[in-house]
Amino acid sequence: MAHEKDTDEVTGVDTTGHEWDGIKELDNPLPRWWLWVWYASIAWSIGYWILMPAWPGIHGYTKGLLHQSDRVEVSKQLTALDIKRGEGAAQLRTASLEQIEKDPKLNAYAQQVGQSVFGDNCATCHGIGGTGGKGYANLRDDVWLWGGKLEDIQYTITHGVRTGADGARMSMMPAFGRDEMLQPAQIDDLTEYVVKLSNRPADAAAVARAQPLFEAQCSACHGVEGKGMVELGAPNLTDADWLYGADRTAIRGQIFSGNGGVMPTWQGRLSPETIKALAVYIHSNAGGQ
Amino acid sequence: MPTVIDNTRPKSDARSAVSAAARAKGKGGPEGQLYKPRQPIYPKLVHGKWRAVKWALLIFTLAVYYITPWIRWHRPDGFPQQAALVDFTGRRFYFFDIQLWPQEVYIFTGLLVMAALALFLVTALFGRLWCGYACPQTVWTDLYIVVERLFEGDRNARMRLDAAPLSFDKIWRKTGKHLVWLGIAFGTGGAWIFYFHDAPNLIRTFWTGDAPITAYASCFLLTCTTYIFAGWMREQVCTYMCPWPRIQGAMLDDHSLQVTYLAYRGETRGPHKKGQSWEGRGDCIDCHQCVVVCPMGIDIRDGAQMECINCGLCVDACDEMMIKVGRPTGLIAYDSDYVVAARSKGEKAVYKPIRSRTIYYALAMSVVGGLTLWSLVTRPKADLSVIRDRNPIFVRMHDGAVRDGYTLKIGNRTFEPRTFDITFEGVPGARLSQPGQTGRTVSVVVPADQVAPLRVFVTAPPDLEGERPASVPGRFVIRSGDVRAETKTVFLSGAANPQ
Ligand code: SF4
Ligand code: SF4
Repeated sequence: MAHEKDTDEVTGVDTTGHEWDGIKELDNPLPRWWLWVWYASIAWSIGYWILMPAWPGIHGYTKGLLHQSDRVEVSKQLTALDIKRGEGAAQLRTASLEQIEKDPKLNAYAQQVGQSVFGDNCATCHGIGGTGGKGYANLRDDVWLWGGKLEDIQYTITHGVRTGADGARMSMMPAFGRDEMLQPAQIDDLTEYVVKLSNRPADAAAVARAQPLFEAQCSACHGVEGKGMVELGAPNLTDADWLYGADRTAIRGQIFSGNGGVMPTWQGRLSPETIKALAVYIHSNAGGQ
Repeated sequence: MPTVIDNTRPKSDARSAVSAAARAKGKGGPEGQLYKPRQPIYPKLVHGKWRAVKWALLIFTLAVYYITPWIRWHRPDGFPQQAALVDFTGRRFYFFDIQLWPQEVYIFTGLLVMAALALFLVTALFGRLWCGYACPQTVWTDLYIVVERLFEGDRNARMRLDAAPLSFDKIWRKTGKHLVWLGIAFGTGGAWIFYFHDAPNLIRTFWTGDAPITAYASCFLLTCTTYIFAGWMREQVCTYMCPWPRIQGAMLDDHSLQVTYLAYRGETRGPHKKGQSWEGRGDCIDCHQCVVVCPMGIDIRDGAQMECINCGLCVDACDEMMIKVGRPTGLIAYDSDYVVAARSKGEKAVYKPIRSRTIYYALAMSVVGGLTLWSLVTRPKADLSVIRDRNPIFVRMHDGAVRDGYTLKIGNRTFEPRTFDITFEGVPGARLSQPGQTGRTVSVVVPADQVAPLRVFVTAPPDLEGERPASVPGRFVIRSGDVRAETKTVFLSGAANPQ
């Protein structure tokens, strides 16, 4: 070191030449073992360079004598995971939907599978929380156009709605206005009638005028009392749930143009056991029906 | 006289020829040398009351350490029967009738804070008593020195042996010593692992090779550290590795009891022949007994030093000498700077244990101790945590009723399975539902000593008057016999979001 030798008076120890606010740093030597630990660390790091991948190069990196590779480790773990998951999938395949829901372990597994599959495939339309939106069914409430029992849900997921595939759920609300099956005034009257059905104040004269119309045109699917029919996917018009909106404009629009959404056929895209898990997940999150 | 803790003060030359030579060239050895060679210390065996206390504590602490994991304790079937057990796999801590869950780790925190405060208090009162008597480093070093003495003899014999050329006698003494040291070290590491597994089981699997790898690893690690720290490093650990000597100065004051050389009485020191007069001289006969017995290799007559662990061995050594030459004992004694200073001026003074700082430490200790004990005694036998569904935050039913989803985690801390009845309070007419159950109350069976997750829906009837606020404070209550727990949450009624 290129500083002048300076010895501390009190201790007789040389200083390092560093000084801060009059405080000098003594150049006390380390204990010997301390140095040994330091040498050992150096030796260790050299060993580490040799044994483990350590140096980047132009065409990759040094592999080290141990050929340690995190990528290989991860893929091994993933394979192990697949095997483990295979057990769960096999159990889902053989168990009935009720059995899955009753068995706490299998149920927990189905919930996890269901949740991730739901997020990947169903959330686009039904929302992450499954509450749907305008035109997309809320899967969290107790209203089920096609039935809310485990088997019903499983069937709907498997075959879809209005996809044209074999077995797909099928129903159609006529476009009474667009196809000119009814006059605008009649549609107005029917709107009032539907509002009345759901226990809201409506124009009594219009309701009376619409009564025969409803019975002739609508009751085949929605029932005389307007309570809907699950077999046909016809919604209950007397409850508080409205897929396309509850106000008069929305109801009138629906009678006029008869919307009906499409739900994909998942058979062939999702494995049967995945669909089972999904059905269980949806069922229990809707509180079960 | 203020307390001076100064380890830079020149040391006595009485250690060994090696150190004297090293010191002659400057404190740290030759100019430019990278390291400071260790100056070997050969503590001499001493007899006396403090040594006796140390023997007793040595036996007591080691006995506690080795015996504790072997105490059996009755718990219901399926639970560990070991009195003290840290069960990592089951994530439980057992200590006699106390059983702690991981989330109760704050009780440990309380204990640790209390231990720290106790250490502060003891240090403020009696100096580094912990270091000299109870610190594992001291205890095992003491034990190792016993072994060393057994094989190599006391101080002089050891020094001679080290200086002697290699011979059969030297080899077997050294080998024997190291083997026994390693045996003790292994026993130390071996005892440690029994705190973490069922001891009788582990001692068998350990030898058949079926014990968990962590057991072997911990055992190996503790064997190494014990052997190196107590066998090879000894005072180096206290002086260079332990942070405690560096902060103890903050706890000490003029009234703390420390091993002190009463210089006013001892000086002027010098050899004394039998029959000579004690007039005009001090009581210290410069016999160096206080130095040769010191396990830290220091001369207490230089004043308080950082290295001194307050072990009192020099007190015993000097007392023995004083008795021999017929002077009053206590030339080196546990004394406070305040008392010594007063007495050196011929005034009377007594040790003052009650001072503001000892009062503060004791007060803080009792507060923390009280709180810890209180939380230990009053901790519930069941716990309940509630996670509200965030998506959707609520669901409107076909009839206008509103339903919120919750995930409950119900912990049963008792040793038997329990059926918990769950209710929700806060929303009039609310019903709970859970796959297969619905009503004012739903119930769930939680296995002994476990947490069970549970999805629960709370449905509030349609709010016909439209008066319910958007967010209703409510709470889940779980009951099982006299075991009860509750957790607050909110019910979101969707009042602000008509659907
Ligand atoms: S000076 Fe005395 S009390 Fe301090 S460490 Fe040495 S023998 Fe123990
Ligand atoms: S043991 Fe007592 S008499 Fe002997 S040197 Fe130490 S202080 Fe002096």
